[in-house]
Amino acid sequence: MTRLVDRALGPVSLALVVLTVVLGLWVTPPDQTQGDIVRLLYLHPALAWVGIYLATGLAALASALYLWPRTRAANWDLLAASAVEVGVVFLSLTLVTGSLWGRPAWGVWWTWDARLTSTALLDVLFIGYLALRRVPADPHVRARRCAVLALLAAIDAPIVHFSVQWWNGLHQGSTIIDRGFHFKVHGSMLFTMLLSMVALTCVFAWMVLRRYQIARRESAVEDAELDSALLERRAEGVS
Amino acid sequence: MLRDAVLVAGKDLRIELRSRVLLWQVVPFGVLALILFALALGPAPSALRHGAPGLFWMAMLLASVLAASRSAGIEAEEGTRASVRLLGLDAGGVFLGKAAALFLELCILGAVLEVGLLVLFHVDGARLGAATPLAVLAVAGLAAVGTLYGALVAGTGVSSTLLPLLVLPALAPVLIAGERGTAAVLAGGGPGRWALVLAVMLVVYGALGVVLYGPLEETS
Amino acid sequence: MAPAVSLRSAVALLGRFPALAGVDLDVEEGCVVAALGANGAGKTSLLQLLAGLLELRSGTASVLGCDLARERVEVRRRVGLLGHRLSFYADLTPAENLAFALRAARRDPSGASASLDRVGLTGRLASTPTRSLSAGQQRRMGLAWLHARRPALWLLDEPHAALDPQGRELCDALVDEAACGGATVVLTSHDEPRAASVADVVVTLAGGVVTDKRTGDRRHHVA
Repeated sequence: MTRLVDRALGPVSLALVVLTVVLGLWVTPPDQTQGDIVRLLYLHPALAWVGIYLATGLAALASALYLWPRTRAANWDLLAASAVEVGVVFLSLTLVTGSLWGRPAWGVWWTWDARLTSTALLDVLFIGYLALRRVPADPHVRARRCAVLALLAAIDAPIVHFSVQWWNGLHQGSTIIDRGFHFKVHGSMLFTMLLSMVALTCVFAWMVLRRYQIARRESAVEDAELDSALLERRAEGVS
Repeated sequence: MLRDAVLVAGKDLRIELRSRVLLWQVVPFGVLALILFALALGPAPSALRHGAPGLFWMAMLLASVLAASRSAGIEAEEGTRASVRLLGLDAGGVFLGKAAALFLELCILGAVLEVGLLVLFHVDGARLGAATPLAVLAVAGLAAVGTLYGALVAGTGVSSTLLPLLVLPALAPVLIAGERGTAAVLAGGGPGRWALVLAVMLVVYGALGVVLYGPLEETS
Repeated sequence: MAPAVSLRSAVALLGRFPALAGVDLDVEEGCVVAALGANGAGKTSLLQLLAGLLELRSGTASVLGCDLARERVEVRRRVGLLGHRLSFYADLTPAENLAFALRAARRDPSGASASLDRVGLTGRLASTPTRSLSAGQQRRMGLAWLHARRPALWLLDEPHAALDPQGRELCDALVDEAACGGATVVLTSHDEPRAASVADVVVTLAGGVVTDKRTGDRRHHVA
C-alpha cells in the first residue's frame, strides 16, 4: 500500500497540476473586474493553504510526536524538518504570487495587508527553524531544539495572524466562503480553484515524501559512519 | 516549582546587581535606539508624537533581545551549566524565576524609556502614565518569550545572531499590540482588544515555558 | 550488594564522535576508583555519563540504582561533580554560590560556612566574587560544595590540577573522608602515583574503553 502511494503520488500530482493549468489558463473565463489576473486565483490561495496550514500543521504534529516521550523517534524530527523546508518554498511563493496579484489589483507590489504580512512573518519563523537546524549539534539535541521551535512557531502563528488582521486589513476576505457560508466564487472557477488546492496538496505531499526519504538515507549513512567510528575508536585502545 | 522560581529569580537579580549589565549596557542601548529613531524621523514634534508608540516598542523589543540574551548567558559557561543541572531544580521553576527576574529588569528599562518618550518625543505625561499598565502586561510577555527563546539558543555558540532572528518574529504580536494599545491610550481612549492580545501572549508563553523549559535545558 | 556503578558496553557520543566506545565498569559502593588515561581517552566523558549529563547511546548503565537510559535526571540529584571549569556563578561569591546551591538541593544553607572553612576559603575569600579568585581557589570552592552536599557519588575530574601541594593533600583527605563515610568516588587524573595512592581500584581508559584494571594503593589522608 505504502509503495503504491509512493509510486502513484508523483504521476497523480503531475496530472492534477496539468489539469489545473489547462482549466486555469484556457477553460475558465477572465473576471469581469480583474480580467486575466484573476487566474492567480488558481495558484495563490492553494499555495497559502499548503504553506500556512498543511506545512505548519504537519511540522507541529511531527514535532509534538518527537517531544512526547512515548512516541519519540528520529523519523518524526526528519518529517518535521522536511515539512518546514517544503513549507518555506510554498510560503515564499505565496508572497510572490500575492505581490503579482496585488500590483494590478491595488497598484503596489506590497501592502501591509493582514494575510500577506502574517504569511511573511511565518516564512521568517520557518527560515529561522532552518537556520537553527544548520547549527552544528548532536542530532538528538538538534532535533529537540527544532521540535520546540516548530511548536512555538505553530502556536504563535494564529496569534500573529489575528494581531496583524486587527492592525490592518486590505486583503479580500475569505475567498471561497463568506461568513454566511455562501460560496463567493462560482462555476468553473470554483471547481478549478478547489482542484488547484487538491493538486498542490498532492505536490506538497510528494515533495515532503521525497525530502523525508532523502533525510532518512542521510541518517542511515550517518549511523553507518558511527559504526565505523566506533571501530576506529576502539582500535585506539588496542594500539 | 514556586520555591525554585523564587530562588532562581533572586540569584539572577543578585548577579545583575553585582554585574550591572542592564544598567550600563541594556538601558543605554535602549535610550540610544530612541535617539536614533528620532533622528530618522526628523525633528518635527508632530511626527515624533505620532511615531512615539511604535518607536518606544521597537526600542523595547531590541533592548529586550539583549536582556534576554544576557539572562540566558548567565548559565552559558560549561562548568556553570553542568553544576546547576546537577542541583535538580524544577525546570518550570527555573523558567518562572528567570522570566520574573527578566521582567523586573525590563520594567526598569521601560520606565527609563518612558522618561525618554516624555523628554525626546514630547508625549503627554498623564496619558503616558495611563498606558503604563498595558506596558507592564506587554513587558511580562516579552520576559516570558525572551526567556524561552533564550533557552532555545543557549549552547548553540551563535546565540547572539540566532536569538534575534528567532525571537523577533515571535514578538510581532507584542510589538503590534503594544504600539496600537499605547497609541489608543495616548489618544485618550482605552487599550481595548490589544490588552487581550498581550494577555494571550503572556498566558500562552508562560504555559509553554513551564512545559518546554525542561526539554530545552537538555539541549544546552 | 549491587554495585554503585555498573556499565556494560556503554557508548556515549559527543556530537558524532564516540567519546565512550563500549565501557565495561563496576564500582562497588564506598570504593574509590581512579581512572587514568591519555588526553582524549574518554575520562571526562565517563564522569559526565555517570553524572547523567551525557546521554547513553547504547549499552546499559546503572548509577546508584538508577537506569541512566531512563532516569538521567534522577541520577543528577544524587551525584556531585567537580569539573575542569568553574562551578556555579562567576559573579557570586563562594558563600553565595554555596548558599544558593544548598537551598536548591533542599539543604540547610548554614552548612556553607563550615565547608568553606574546611577548604580554606575563609574571611575575605569567601566574600569575593568567584571570578576574582585564582583557579586553585575556584577549585577549592568546588570541593567545598561536594563537602557540603555530601552526595552518594563523588565525581572528580582531575581534582589535583590547579591545586598547590596543600590543596592536593586537602583534596585527598576529603576523598578519604567521603569514602570512609560510605560515598563512592570516581576520579580522573594524569598524576598516576598520586591517584593510585587515594584509590582502591585503578582503571585505565584508552579509545573510549577500559583497557586495564588493577588494585590501588589507597592510604588514609589527613589534612
